[in-house]
Amino acid sequence: MHWLPEGVSTYSANIDSMFTIILWVTGIAFVLTETLLFAFSWMYRRREGVRATYTHGNGRLEVIWTVVPAVLLLFLAFASSNVWSKIKVHIPTTRETIVVTASQFNWEVRYAGADGKLDSEDDLVLNNDMRLPVGEPVRIRLRSKDVIHSFFVPVFRLKQDAVPGMTIDVWVQPTKAGVYEIACAELCGFGHTSMRGQLTVLEPDAYDAWIKESETNVAAGNPPA
Amino acid sequence: MSEHAHKTPFIRKYIFSTDHKVIGIQFLMMSLFFMIIGGLLAMMVRWQLGFPEKAMPLGTLFPDKLMPEGHMGPEFYNAVFTMHASIMIFLVIIPILAGAFGNFLVPLMIGARDMAYPKLNMLSFWVAVPGGLLMASSFFTDTGAAATGWTAYPPLSAVADYTGVTAGQSMWIGAVLIVGTASIMGAVNYITTIINMRAPGMHLFRMPLTIWALFITAILQLLATPVLASVMGMLLFDRTLGTHFFAPVGGGQVLMFQHMFWFYSHPAVYIMILPAMGFVSDILATFSRKPIFGYKAMAFSIMGIAGLGFIVWGHHMFQSGMNPLLGTTFMASTMVIAVPSAIKTFNWLGTIWRGSIRFTPAMLNALAFVSTFIVGGLSGIFMASTPVDMFIHDTYFIVAHIHYVLFGGSLFGVFAAINYWYPKMFGRMMNEAVNTVHFILTFIFFNLTFFPMHMLGMAGHMRRIADPTAYDFLKPLQPLNEFITINALILGAVQVLFAGNFIISLFAGKKAERNPWHANSLEWVAPSPPPHGNFETIPTVYHGPYEFSVPGVVEDYLPQDRPAPGGAPSHTPSLSTARA
Repeated sequence: MHWLPEGVSTYSANIDSMFTIILWVTGIAFVLTETLLFAFSWMYRRREGVRATYTHGNGRLEVIWTVVPAVLLLFLAFASSNVWSKIKVHIPTTRETIVVTASQFNWEVRYAGADGKLDSEDDLVLNNDMRLPVGEPVRIRLRSKDVIHSFFVPVFRLKQDAVPGMTIDVWVQPTKAGVYEIACAELCGFGHTSMRGQLTVLEPDAYDAWIKESETNVAAGNPPA
Repeated sequence: MSEHAHKTPFIRKYIFSTDHKVIGIQFLMMSLFFMIIGGLLAMMVRWQLGFPEKAMPLGTLFPDKLMPEGHMGPEFYNAVFTMHASIMIFLVIIPILAGAFGNFLVPLMIGARDMAYPKLNMLSFWVAVPGGLLMASSFFTDTGAAATGWTAYPPLSAVADYTGVTAGQSMWIGAVLIVGTASIMGAVNYITTIINMRAPGMHLFRMPLTIWALFITAILQLLATPVLASVMGMLLFDRTLGTHFFAPVGGGQVLMFQHMFWFYSHPAVYIMILPAMGFVSDILATFSRKPIFGYKAMAFSIMGIAGLGFIVWGHHMFQSGMNPLLGTTFMASTMVIAVPSAIKTFNWLGTIWRGSIRFTPAMLNALAFVSTFIVGGLSGIFMASTPVDMFIHDTYFIVAHIHYVLFGGSLFGVFAAINYWYPKMFGRMMNEAVNTVHFILTFIFFNLTFFPMHMLGMAGHMRRIADPTAYDFLKPLQPLNEFITINALILGAVQVLFAGNFIISLFAGKKAERNPWHANSLEWVAPSPPPHGNFETIPTVYHGPYEFSVPGVVEDYLPQDRPAPGGAPSHTPSLSTARA
């Protein structure tokens, strides 16, 4: 699947394999039906003296091609619901909650800071810049100040709308350090295209060091590191 | 021509006509006109995405405010794609399927002289026209046309400050309300006409699948469109009267809009495809010279799609903040709705199997419908899966899917239908060679345009962004975006062939016989074009519309109004006798 971007969250591989399973099922259905369509078109083209077969259908075939797709589709639904439940229904316990507040056209990223409490004086507040540690599940609390935005991190396969009037929690556990992009996936106005954030996934040590340094900076009345 | 028709003054005959055929043709012309506008807007969208750095050819013709030195600003880009989708959906696909073909075909195919309510029918068209003009004219207001996508999600659409668009968005809402009203008027008419005015012998299960599809579509329109009207009304009140239906500050619910909008718009997706499925079924049978395979399964699957279509709307909202458990149930219903679509596809394959296929342009377009509908149907399964949707939602994968269904499906269905019924509508034949070339080029460039969008979506390319190169991870995809744009421009240019053929054939086409395709349904019993009142005498129906290649009948077709000669089966399809 070389079109899919790199996956660097614990669940990205689950999503990619679900994608691959569906690609196989639909791919086989695609090849089968398109082949029949072209083959029949070729084989049964009009020829002098050959009359079409007079038939109104076949009850057994109707049953087969109703039941087989139904079973396959319900299997796909069942398999998907397991992955879904792991990603969006159940959120694991996390040490940290990061609040992301979207507005036209900015991602505000807020960490609890030294006191461990959100929405307090010593919060670390960044704009369009998010830092996460490798190997630890993090809860991301999404809010919006104005219109609907959608928090999209392609490498995590994570997408969730941020809706005014609602607080929506998602979670992610990054698996690889690096610099990635955050995009807005829901049309939010003329600046939609430029609502881009940077995501830096750090090794745990580097992350802790960054948190410490930022806390010191904020305590001294400066912006985070 | 009857005596009556001669006396009708021009304005009553061609403009304020109550004749369902004239109204159908009026809807056809209106839709084709808006299709040109919608198509040109699509070309502009593609130019911007393929070449965001380059000035658009002829771009300097636009006011500097919209396109400074021919470059499209993001504000104008948002308006352009919003209007492309809105025009194509509300002013092209829905009116051309239900308005044009529904009007023209319903009375003719069931053997009636006109619609049940001819004046309401006329009103339906003359309400739709100002709706369309209202939408299109919003481009010329001070702050431009609506720029919130065809889905118009609040709060973006509810508060003018969020987009800077003032009158344009309100006009858009008004236009949607008006064309919705027109389509409700049409739906009432189709339902009443089909239930009450069928010719003697035309049992429900002797109706062509085109009529079944239009009938069920009308029911969908009647039940779903009022919900759209209410949600648009609420949005308009939020914008203009200061209500807070969708504004959290006043205790409103943002997501309620999406629930109501998709409660209409998902059935609307089927409003936009079911009629085409009906046309294609009739065309495949006619040019395969073979009865439709599994007639009753086909009719029931239309009903199945329509019924299930009302309980799948939440699949548009998996990532919206709706309770994720609800997402799971919507996933299950969405997977199930693929079953009737699969049934239809297999029955179409069964129909051409062991046929005697004539590759007219109508047939080629119908086969293309099946071929592209398979792709669009199968790609839908990806987004039905909630976790996969989390990644591909709001990406070009969705754009690819919707265009495979609406262009690949509905529009190829429309091309097939125009090719097929043109002789009946205008009494002249279109040039087959030109339309065959048009078909081949359209099919090729359609696929080259839209298939690669699946790859863009897989790479995470968001939809509705004005400049893909703004993101590092999308930069490597820019050559593919350019490739798509070039193919899209050719696809657009190729349509000139069809438009030219359409217009020239009106005057120079070969005169059409009553039944040029040797088809069975009742519209072919009437003269081409049918006069006011349609039939010399109302035909009596003896069997279903798909009696092709009946053993014991010399010709390979047996019209519905002609009894089977002694010994030959006179078939009304049913599942119990459906054995090969």
